[in-house]
Amino acid sequence: MFEILSRQELNPTVVRISVHAPLIARKAEPGQFVILRAGTESERIPLTIADYDRIGGSITLIFQLVGAGTMELGRLQVGERLQDLVGPLGKATETEGLRKVCVVGGGVGSAIAYPIAKKLHMQGTVVHSVVGFRTRDLVILEDDFRAVSDELHLLTDDGSYGEKGLVTNALESLILAGNQYDEVIAIGPLVMMKFVSLTTKKYNVKTIVSMNPIMVDGTGMCGGCRLTVGGETKFACVDGPDFDGHLVDFDEALRRGEMYREFEQHARETACKLFPKEDRQNAGA
Amino acid sequence: MPERNMSPYQTAMPTQPPEQRSHNFDEVALGYTYNMAVAEARRCLNCKNHPCVSACPVGIDIPGFISKVAQEDMEGAFTVLSACTSLPAVCGRVCPQETQCEGVCVRGIKGESVGIGRLERYVADWHRENQSNTQRSVASNGHRVAVIGAGPSGLTCAGDLARLGYQVTVYEALHVAGGVLVYGIPEFRLPKAIVRHEVEGLEALGVKIETDMVIGRTLTVDELFSMGFEAIYIGTGAGLPRFMGIPGENLKGVYSANEYLTRINLMKAYQPGSRTPIQQSFSVAVVGGGNVAMDAARCAKRLGADRVTVVYRRSMAELPARAEEVAHAQEEGIEFRMLSNPVEVLGDEKGWVTGVRCEEMTLGEPDASGRRRPVPKPDGGFTLNIDTLIVAIGTQPNPLLLRTTEGLISDRHGCIVVSDDDGLTSRSHVYAGGDAVTGAATVILAMGAGKRAAQAIHRAITKKQA
Repeated sequence: MFEILSRQELNPTVVRISVHAPLIARKAEPGQFVILRAGTESERIPLTIADYDRIGGSITLIFQLVGAGTMELGRLQVGERLQDLVGPLGKATETEGLRKVCVVGGGVGSAIAYPIAKKLHMQGTVVHSVVGFRTRDLVILEDDFRAVSDELHLLTDDGSYGEKGLVTNALESLILAGNQYDEVIAIGPLVMMKFVSLTTKKYNVKTIVSMNPIMVDGTGMCGGCRLTVGGETKFACVDGPDFDGHLVDFDEALRRGEMYREFEQHARETACKLFPKEDRQNAGA
Repeated sequence: MPERNMSPYQTAMPTQPPEQRSHNFDEVALGYTYNMAVAEARRCLNCKNHPCVSACPVGIDIPGFISKVAQEDMEGAFTVLSACTSLPAVCGRVCPQETQCEGVCVRGIKGESVGIGRLERYVADWHRENQSNTQRSVASNGHRVAVIGAGPSGLTCAGDLARLGYQVTVYEALHVAGGVLVYGIPEFRLPKAIVRHEVEGLEALGVKIETDMVIGRTLTVDELFSMGFEAIYIGTGAGLPRFMGIPGENLKGVYSANEYLTRINLMKAYQPGSRTPIQQSFSVAVVGGGNVAMDAARCAKRLGADRVTVVYRRSMAELPARAEEVAHAQEEGIEFRMLSNPVEVLGDEKGWVTGVRCEEMTLGEPDASGRRRPVPKPDGGFTLNIDTLIVAIGTQPNPLLLRTTEGLISDRHGCIVVSDDDGLTSRSHVYAGGDAVTGAATVILAMGAGKRAAQAIHRAITKKQA
């Protein structure tokens, strides 16, 4: 179980793996996540399911090498196994009855936005995709998005590829051009989801965001993933991860996300020393 | 017969000195020596009515195992114990004996009761250190039962069914078995190696444990039936933390006790070099007065906090924690601010906790629970300067399984409704027990429920066959 079946580096910091997990693959829906541990002493890491193959019995995970835990995961090669993998957790993204949707993805969040765009496209929803990256080298899943979108807007912050600008600019233009969306589904960094929500609020377009806060167990036990949504405390792991973007207290979520920043920085530096860069490159080759 | 020991006092339990233990996570109580155990066992009068047995939620043959210890037959004592309980090393450490077996001991009328818990622990530890978990072959009866949750209730149910010849699979959501015994109760009170050993004992009996399985998500109750299980026992516990609902509760540095303890115990944040982050605190307030609050407070002290204060809205007399845990916490320098109720968590501009504002309480008329109800005083109140707040005011059953299982009825507190003592739920062949039914209670009550359900499942399946 949990054997890594394939592995690709989508860009210098983003890795895609598919993992043998027939029970999870059978149930997984876009928007749901798994919790995994790479090794026996590893942290539990929540990752949203990027794709699944019910017949082949595998799920796809796309992750950015940001901390010690994801670096450890990134080192695992085809044929090696994850220590633990549990899921699918959280509620699936609701797609029923949607006729026209704008899917907004930012950075590695695009990897999570993609299966939702795919599901919408397969059910006949008109899909406009707006995906943004910092720069050309970080662009991922362009062809995948193109295949499931009626319209694709790819942007980079620095204009090195696609249109220059932020996803909010492109989204606002689409709305102003008269597109009537039943929903905007935005997945990416918290700051991006905050500004997408502020933009759509002006035009009163319902907006769903996918929250990915710090969590331990992923089943409602620790409460570490709590958020304020419409003045109420919600647990992202069991009440979400999808929430109404117009109700989420993003500023609080941003602050809570920084709780272990110092610890993580230190752990990351230690991990970098443990796994020198050339070693990581060799491993990836 | 060995000579009776008529000392009115319990043989004292050796412990790590408070100064030393408040800086480490090693076990606080060190356990009896052989001679201490034999001497203490000889205090038991083996009285006719043995009230201790009736007061034990799992009905352990207490005089039976103690008389074996008195005769220095330790393996014999273990055989008696293990016929009644799957987790003796655990119960000997975490049961509230003072309100159960020891509370009704005849020796307690003129002096101190027999140290039943300490003897139970001694026998289990003796067996672990001197004998191996041998493969006990029980002939399979060909029937399959699934247990959801590898906590004390589920493990007990599984063990009892396995001894009757059932093929039992236990499904656990976390990556290790043990439930609250591994994520909640800290190492210094219950070493994890002991829990692991007890779980291995069950595996040696033929119980299969599948971790990383969230029933309701990975598989559903209905799927378990279609996989061929004839009965299901739900022992999913009460894992959903309750918060106070006061301003500032989502500031950085505010933890549920569940999260704080899970990071420290299950994820091993207490070990130097652990990959799991935990707040390095200077001044900590723990809200609540149960065992979980004591565990959190004592963990915070051990992680280096200078000042740890337990804040509780009733008085010392109403503290629901075990007397021994409270005494140990006090010895370790934990402060107690009783009759105090937090009303607001204060923070700085970056969102970190800086304090907790409390109102002062006074005790009014008894409420439904029989305890005097705390009432806020019209004036007064104070602010504690803290950098960490741990909320330990209780937990509720996790709604995940209920939300995903049709026909399973719960009450307004989210507790699964069962018909009677057997634990049968609103779904046929589905039984439940422990905290999932009662709300947060003790390990031993959860074990008792698992035991009764195992008997009920056995009766139901036997009847179906006949």
